[in-house]
Amino acid sequence: MSDVKNIMLCGVGGQGTILASKILSTCLVDSGYDVKMSEIHGMAQRGGSVTTQVRYGTKVNAPIIGTGSADILVSFEAMEALRYLNQIKPDGNVIVNDYKIPSSTILAGSEEYPEDVIEIVKAKAKTTVIDAGKIALSLGNSKVMNIVLLGSLVKLMKLEDLDWKSAIEKCVKPAFVELNIKALNEGINGV
Amino acid sequence: MKELLTANEAVARGAYEAGVAYAAAYPGTPSTEILETIAAYKGDIIAEWAPNEKVALESVIGASIAGARTIAAMKHVGLNVAADPLFTFAYTGVSGGMLLISADDPGIHSSQNEQDNRNYAKFSKIPMLEPSDSQEAKDMVKYAMEISEKYDTPVMMRMTTRVCHSKSLVEIGERTNVPKKPYVRNLQKYDAVPAVAKALRVKVEERLKRLEEFSNDTELNYVEFNDRKIGIIAAGASYQYAKEIFEDNVSYFKLGFTYPLPMKKIKEFEGQVETLYVIEELDPFMEEQIKAAGINCIGKEKIPIMGELNPDIIAKALLGRENKVIEYDESIIAKRPPVLCAGCPHRGFFFELAKRKNIMISSDIGCYGLSSQSPLNAKDTCICMGAGFSMAHGAQKVFNKFNESMRVVAVLGDSTFFHSGITSLLDAVYNRSNAIFCILDNRITGMTGHQENPGTGYTLQGDPTEITDIESVVKALGVKKVKSVNPLKIEEMKEIMDWGLSQDEPVVIITKWPCVLKKLSFKDKNDFGDYKGVCDINADKCIGCKLCMKTGCPALKYEKNLKKVCIDKTQCVACELCVQVCPKKAISRVGE
Repeated sequence: MSDVKNIMLCGVGGQGTILASKILSTCLVDSGYDVKMSEIHGMAQRGGSVTTQVRYGTKVNAPIIGTGSADILVSFEAMEALRYLNQIKPDGNVIVNDYKIPSSTILAGSEEYPEDVIEIVKAKAKTTVIDAGKIALSLGNSKVMNIVLLGSLVKLMKLEDLDWKSAIEKCVKPAFVELNIKALNEGINGV
Repeated sequence: MKELLTANEAVARGAYEAGVAYAAAYPGTPSTEILETIAAYKGDIIAEWAPNEKVALESVIGASIAGARTIAAMKHVGLNVAADPLFTFAYTGVSGGMLLISADDPGIHSSQNEQDNRNYAKFSKIPMLEPSDSQEAKDMVKYAMEISEKYDTPVMMRMTTRVCHSKSLVEIGERTNVPKKPYVRNLQKYDAVPAVAKALRVKVEERLKRLEEFSNDTELNYVEFNDRKIGIIAAGASYQYAKEIFEDNVSYFKLGFTYPLPMKKIKEFEGQVETLYVIEELDPFMEEQIKAAGINCIGKEKIPIMGELNPDIIAKALLGRENKVIEYDESIIAKRPPVLCAGCPHRGFFFELAKRKNIMISSDIGCYGLSSQSPLNAKDTCICMGAGFSMAHGAQKVFNKFNESMRVVAVLGDSTFFHSGITSLLDAVYNRSNAIFCILDNRITGMTGHQENPGTGYTLQGDPTEITDIESVVKALGVKKVKSVNPLKIEEMKEIMDWGLSQDEPVVIITKWPCVLKKLSFKDKNDFGDYKGVCDINADKCIGCKLCMKTGCPALKYEKNLKKVCIDKTQCVACELCVQVCPKKAISRVGE
């Protein structure tokens, strides 16, 4: 039986899902795992729904999987967690950011943001809610919300012992390394 | 040393290692990053954006005949544009090795169709490679160069979105410096006039026979024997999906060289397994050839003929096995389509255009295609690059002939104009059109992620170059009525549209303002200034009329409880479109 783990990250264009998955996969590769990571760069993705899949283990074949296959879903936005909930195994985990971004159809008033979306997700799957926006802001930069969420993922996947400092150093500009390490630790300790 | 690379990045590395000296492309998802990554090998490889795919391939053909190893890369529909040179280059063959990359888009993630370009290899009678991951993509560039030079043929590498944009581990190697071959004038090879083409035509068929022998011998096609009840033939991403599901429980014939097919080996493989499946995305390309050769196999009876495959689709199709999923009411989830960015200059143009009645809006490929969405609803058609202009011409002619008052407004962007809008506009001038032709010049190739083009003043490798002035080109084509406008100035935009619709000859309107996401050059800053501050709404003055919401700006939100509009300051760039729309003057720009 394959030891491959499947992680899915979802969010809204511009939220930094790609950087988070880059740090994640860099660290997994450096730790000796075989890794495949897949993302769709589509049309102008600003404001659109985005997903990334990261698969790691001794030997990974397919870069993607289908519905009902992810061990964990990390949603950078509340409603997106519900959109991709069918991607996880029925006993899979969800980490959801308590953060709402209305879509263009909601802004225009043609659709409503679903009420109690996080409660619905919680009722359906093992769910960890984290207010990554608040934590990031307390660190002085709301943009590191993505790394806080990465930290929570690291904790739930029991990957705390890997060398995250080195992976962050490889992926972000030197001036932001310390901030990102702090954000990661906040995320690890936050769940 | 191993690195985690996308297959696009791996191809670029492969080009470097295989001694490629010249590469050209036109940007198109999912192929764009190939040339962007090759560009970093400045000094070793000349990497260029061409105005379109045909020109890219033709310049690469010239470079090959001059004696260098070369690459042309394009998305699947781009190869339609480049098909003309391809079919004859397939006759003449190469001097320096030549690789043509076609990046297909099963699933239509960001394209206008789902065509299966493997058919082009068969159609143009050239060999084809299909990588299933990044390591193979890199290795196959080197194979391609060797096959191209040995068999005197262009070689096609067919990739797909999933392969192009997935990262996997790649062993990094060194560059082999390949000496340029001397240029030899050879009319019997490179002058494809009828007498020469007839002789070359015979050679093409002979070459295909030799390539089929190669296909049967090459290590690129290999059998993995496990249990022999089931045998699977697969290539590209489909092979990885099959491996994911069947692991080492079935036998595989894994193909990396997929045209011509290794039919002798396939026949042998069929004899060694009980049931033979062909697993391939899109068309039954391999299956039809295998069946035509009298070999029994199961393919599209089970495997979907359209859309992107994944491991679970294969598990369901062949094993009837479905994963359990969490079920819930999906209808409550709001749609989240991509939108024109806050501050996008196209918004001003479409806001004005959307108010017009009795017009057909003939649009094209680019960010401006997002104008189809509510509340702008300013788009009628989209077919292919450049078609916005030529279709407008044809439609207007018919409306006029049948005495209908409908006016046609054609819309395309700066890069699309350079790509193939120029000849379309020439058609309109020559055939005395009276449609309104609009060029939305945002000073960059936007949708594919900001590539330089002939209008931006820089090359792919960052060198300053001539700026081709669109207005001068338009005038040179014979258009007498041309005006440029800042589309974010609503009054000016309205006046110019009134003017355009009142003319009875070809009119060109150029909206000129940089993409809000563009990293402005010194010249851009000089020409357009930089955005400063944000817009702010005075809540006392806002009456909640929602007129500003009609711009479709994602920074504006209508608060139902307050019955007022508010502005998301993290998105707003102070383009001031809403400031001009507000009837109560409730919005103003603040800050510097």
